[in-house]
Formats: sequence, C-alpha cells, structure tokens
Amino acid sequence: MPARLVFCLLILVYTPLLHAHKASDSYLTLKVAGDRIDGRWDIALRDLDYALGLDSDDNGEITWGEVRRRRAAVFDYALSRLNLSGGNPPCPQQAGDYFIDSHTDGVYAVLMFTAVCGTALSNIGVDYSLLFDLDPQHRGLLRVEYGQATHTAVLSPTHHNQPIELAEVKPGAAFLQYLREGVWHIWLGYDHILFLLSLLFPAVLIRQERSWRPAEQFRPVLLEVVKIVTAFTVAHSLTLSLATLGVIELPSRWVESAIAASVVLAALNNVYPLISKKLWLVAFGFGLIHGLGFANVLKDLGLPNNLLILALLAFNLGVEAGQLAIVAAFLPAAFFLRRSWGYRQLLVHAGSVLIVCVALIWFAERAMNTQLVDWESLFK
Amino acid sequence: MKRKLVAAISAILPLHLALAAPYKPDYDAQVLEHLPAVSGPANRELRALRQQLAANPGRTELALDLAERYIARGKAEADPRYYGYAEGLLKAWPKTPEPPPKVLLLGALIKQHRHDFDGALQDLDTLLRRQPDNAQGWLTRAVILLVQARYPDALQSCAPLIELDDALLAGTCLAEVNSLMGQARKSYDFLQETLADQAEAGAEQRQWTLTVLADIAARLGKPLEAEKHFSEAIRIDYPNVYLFGAYADFLLDQHQPQKVLSLLQDKSRIDALFLRSVQAKQQLGSSNLAQATQELEARFAASRMRGENLHQGDEARFMLHLLNKPEDALRLAQANWQAQREPKDARILLEAAWAAQDAEAAKPVLDLLSASGMEHPQLRQLAAEIRQLR
Repeated sequence: MPARLVFCLLILVYTPLLHAHKASDSYLTLKVAGDRIDGRWDIALRDLDYALGLDSDDNGEITWGEVRRRRAAVFDYALSRLNLSGGNPPCPQQAGDYFIDSHTDGVYAVLMFTAVCGTALSNIGVDYSLLFDLDPQHRGLLRVEYGQATHTAVLSPTHHNQPIELAEVKPGAAFLQYLREGVWHIWLGYDHILFLLSLLFPAVLIRQERSWRPAEQFRPVLLEVVKIVTAFTVAHSLTLSLATLGVIELPSRWVESAIAASVVLAALNNVYPLISKKLWLVAFGFGLIHGLGFANVLKDLGLPNNLLILALLAFNLGVEAGQLAIVAAFLPAAFFLRRSWGYRQLLVHAGSVLIVCVALIWFAERAMNTQLVDWESLFK
Repeated sequence: MKRKLVAAISAILPLHLALAAPYKPDYDAQVLEHLPAVSGPANRELRALRQQLAANPGRTELALDLAERYIARGKAEADPRYYGYAEGLLKAWPKTPEPPPKVLLLGALIKQHRHDFDGALQDLDTLLRRQPDNAQGWLTRAVILLVQARYPDALQSCAPLIELDDALLAGTCLAEVNSLMGQARKSYDFLQETLADQAEAGAEQRQWTLTVLADIAARLGKPLEAEKHFSEAIRIDYPNVYLFGAYADFLLDQHQPQKVLSLLQDKSRIDALFLRSVQAKQQLGSSNLAQATQELEARFAASRMRGENLHQGDEARFMLHLLNKPEDALRLAQANWQAQREPKDARILLEAAWAAQDAEAAKPVLDLLSASGMEHPQLRQLAAEIRQLR
C-alpha cells in the first residue's frame, strides 16, 4: 500500500501544468499469468480524436461525455489493431473498464481489457498496428510483466510484431520458485495435512480386540509410517504428473469434493475402525485424488512450457518436503505420548471426530459450491 | 482490509491527489483536453482540408497540400505529431521510381526533422537533379550541411540561390555559412547592407535574416547589436522556435533571466524552450525550480522511452547545468555531436568536457575550430581552458 501511495505522489509531481509537445506514443502494459493476459492501454485523446473524431461538437475541447459516449468505438478501433497470441491461436480479447489518465504530453484514455488464451502461456506474440497508417511516427511502448520478469519493447511500423518469450526466467530461479510453492501448498492446504494426520494417528498404536494399544517398538512404527507416506507420495506424484501433462482431466469441483470426502473417511476410520491393516493401500488410493488437487494448484500458478518438467519436479519435491516436515514433527511426539490416555482418547478419538466434522463441512461446501463457514475470520 | 485502507487514504488526500491515478471524471461536461487542431485559423484550415480529403481520397494534390501544411504547423509549433501526420499522408502516395518533386521535398523535410540527415540529403539530391531551380531544395540542403558543419558543401548549396532572383535569401544563406568560416565581420556588414537594400522582402525572410544577424553579433561579442536584431526579429509576428531558442540563449548569457521568462512564458509546451526557461529560473534562484526540473526530467524520460535521441544536445545541457552530472552530460553531448555540429552543439560539448575534466572528448570541437577558422571568442576561451587540462 505505501508503494501505491508513493506512486500517486510521484504522478502528482510529474503531472505537468502545461502539456509538452511530443511525438505520438501509446503505453501498453500486459500482465501475463497462467493462460490469461490483463491489459492496460493508454492512448492519447488527441490521437483518438485524429483517428476517430472524438470532438463531436467541433469546439476544440474534448469532454468526458464525448469520450464516454464513444467507448465502444474506441475499444473496437484499438483492439482491432492489436493481436495477441499465445503460440498458435490468437487470444480473444474482451473489453473491460475505461478510465482517464495524464501523461507528459496530455490526457489519455485508459483501456482495460483481458485476453484468455486457453493454454498456459510460455510465450506471447504482440502484433501492433495502432495509428501506423495515419502517423508512422507513432510508437507503441510495450511492457509485459510476467511473474517477477518484465520485458519492454518499442513497436513501430517496421517492428510491429514482437514475440516475447515469457519463460526467460532462469531454470534455477524457476526451480526454487516452484519448490517454495509446493511447500507452501502443503502448509496452507489443511485438507492434505488433516488427511495425512488421520492416517498417522494410529501408526503408533496397534489394533487388538476392538481397542487400541501402544506399539512396543519404534522400528515397526517407523516402517508403517514410511509405507503410508511413500504410498501417498507415489500416488499423488503419479496423478499430479498425469494431470499436469494433460493426460487426465477432471473438474476441479469433483476433485476438491473427493479430497474432502477422503479426509472424512480417513478420520472416520479412526473412530470406527474398518481398516486397521495395510493403511498404505488407503493412502495410495486417496493419494491419487490428492494428486489431482495439487495439479489444479499448479495449473493456477501457470507453468512455463519449456521448463514444464523442471517445474513439476520442483513443485512435487516441495510438496514432499512440506509433508516430511509434518511427519518429522508428528512422529517422535506421537511415539512419546502413545501410552497416555490423552493421546488415545483426546487426540486420536476426539481429534478424529473433529476432523470428520470439519471435513464434512468442506465436502458440503465444495460439492454444493457454497460457503457455509467463514474460515478466514475463524482463523484470525 | 485493502479496500478500507484505500478508502481511508482517499479521504485524507485532497481531491486532486486522488485524481492522480487512472480515474473516471465526475460529470460529462468536464473538459479533458484542448485540441491544438482548432485553436487558431491555421489549424481550422487543416481540419477542413482533412475532411475534404476524407471525402475525396483520390485527390493526391490535396493530400500533398495538406502534408505541406502539416509540416509548416509542425515547424511553427515544434509539434512532432504534425510531421507524423504528414508522413502518413506521404506514405499513402503510390510508390513510383520517380516521385514528384514535392513528394521528395516534403519527404526530405520529414527526414530532416527526425535527424535522418543523410536520407534527407539523398532525397534533395534527386530532387535538385530534376529541378535545379528549386530554391527551397537548395536552401534545405544548405541548412542540413550547415548543421553537419560541412561548411564548404553548404556554401556550394547556397550559390545556386544567387541565380534564383531572391537576393536576400541567397545573401542570408551565404552570410550564415561564411560567418562560420572566419568571415564573420565581413558577412555581418554584407548582410546588413543587403537587408537595407531589400525593403520589400517578406516578413518571414526578414525575420530569418535578422536572426542570422543577431546570431553573428552575439558570437562576435556585440551584445547591443545582437539585442537590437533579436528584438526586431521577435516583433515580426511569425512563429519561429529557432529564434525564440537563440534569443533565450543570448539573454541567459547576458544574465537577464527575467526577460527569458517573459519571452517564453507561453512556450513551455516545447521542450527546448522549456529547458531555457528552467535555466532562467535557476539564474533567478526561483522557488519552483525543483518542480520544473522534475517535469523536464519526466519529459526527457518520456522521449527516451520511444528510443529516440532527437534532444540529446538539450538533455546534455540539462544534465550539466541543472542536475550537475558532468559525465552523463558529456556522454550525451558526444552522441549529439555525431548528428549535429552547430556552434551551440560545440559549446555544450566543450562545457561538458571541461566539467568532466576530459580534454580528449573535446578534440572534435577543437579540430573544427582550427579547421574552420570560426570567430567565436566564447568557444575559443573554453577551448583554451580545456587545452590547459592536458
């Protein structure tokens, strides 16, 4: 916020009392994320008047009314002179908001628009021909923002088509970025944590004659945990990869609902145990669904095409690292506490009941696509 | 949370501050922009011609007429957009191996404006081969060669004008070039006599002659005579950005900042003239110098974003005298020297080289001074000081 304030103040300082004479420029900013381009295009009112005749009463003054009423014509004129493409197909453009702003040489119309390209963008092509027929000295000052990277170019009649490689991000930096995203997703993805904990709660216990008993030795416990975590990891890595590469595709609403259901079932199994052996099979089965959930996250982040495998690997490793951190914190504590009443009754039993409740609400919310509980205010 | 903050800040800030970012005006009648194209009869005429052309797109002579008027407006108001419009009209001209002389001349003027001097000279040579009596062609050619400090070539381009029965035009052209080749006093006397003989000369021609006389007088260190010519030239009501710039430079050298400010008071749209008024504010110790400096900086930044370098000479002056950055100023002055070599370009290069204590950088100007024999005590004084650096 302070940055924006400073920006406002700077603009004020730079707002000239009298506009300078300058050759014609437009300022085109494209923000690229995933398969989407958000555009802001500042075009001088004087240029729009030269092209379209904004000054309808011909009195030499352009009023907001004259600009506002020609909104559709202005957008049509400008957007028909800009072609954005992501690889092969052109990206259809959608006109958005319409503002006014000042630059050193006068007042500009600000055209907001979006273009959705359908596939995650790794490069875009900008073909620009605004005003070139009327004023070959016109220039389009292009600025493309992608993640942390920024590209600029000056578009002219002889240099009107500008391909931009978005993934010029260094592989090392991309790896770290996706690794971090993977860890974060586990830490912020409570459903994955609760699912894993539900499976791990009974790992330090042994089911005998319809009741839980503490396990005697650490080795078999560790082995059990390794089996569960490995099975979960293998399963979700598999579906994560397949979904990211586009081999499987399922609606995210189904996937998210199924993940909530998996948490309900895993926790319920601690209260009314149906499966007490070979829990790794449960971890594997549900892990397949959780992997599809990770894939949706990765899609939202947008993957650079030329670094796809690297990013996928990094994200996966990040997820594993986050997961291992949880296990490493949980297991010693659970083993230490396994004999206590508190662990068995409070954590395993009551904790699982609580998880079932929470996950049921998630399931209802996700399946019906509504919000029942204001989670954000709950956790503040 | 974010929304609350924005609301809180908008409440604290005065209205005009809140308007600094993209905004939607409150009411339809709010005037956003004043179009130059309607202020003044000349501009109204342009608009009418353009509508006429839109109705008859095939009328090529109409298009050429309009392009010529755009270039005249562009020159008078130092507004590059008009040159762009003219170029747009010429672009539409059908491509022929032998374009009409007018197309060549207008094309050369546009190229000259964007400092494509070699391209402009090429067009002019083609034009003059076919139309050896085209006075404007010879004159434009002479002016470009003068800017490139190719004085003997410029002189050759002035010579054909003698035959073309405009004695004052030819005399001014010859006097201007000769005055830079060690003949300043002679040229000055000759031009004063010629002007006195040509009482019937047009206003525009008289203004140009007076400007050249003022320039020579200023160079020779005759401030009273320079002042007399400048003020007489400025009284001729014909817009001429070069004259305003030269007069302002003279007044700055005479430490008359107040006079500079009143001379340029409604000219701040033009970067070159705005620079001179900011320098005047600096001499005055004006309180709003910082704001004016910042605005000028923003304008140079906006020009740089286009990837253009048409104002490097002025930008060098700005860097040296207002921002006190000798190294940056020297770099710009050197780049400027590659394109333009008028006395004022020589001066900023010497000043920047002196400030940056870089005698080597001044060498091209020192060479030109000794090769041309140019009388210019101010430049020679600077040159002598720089020679001491070695």
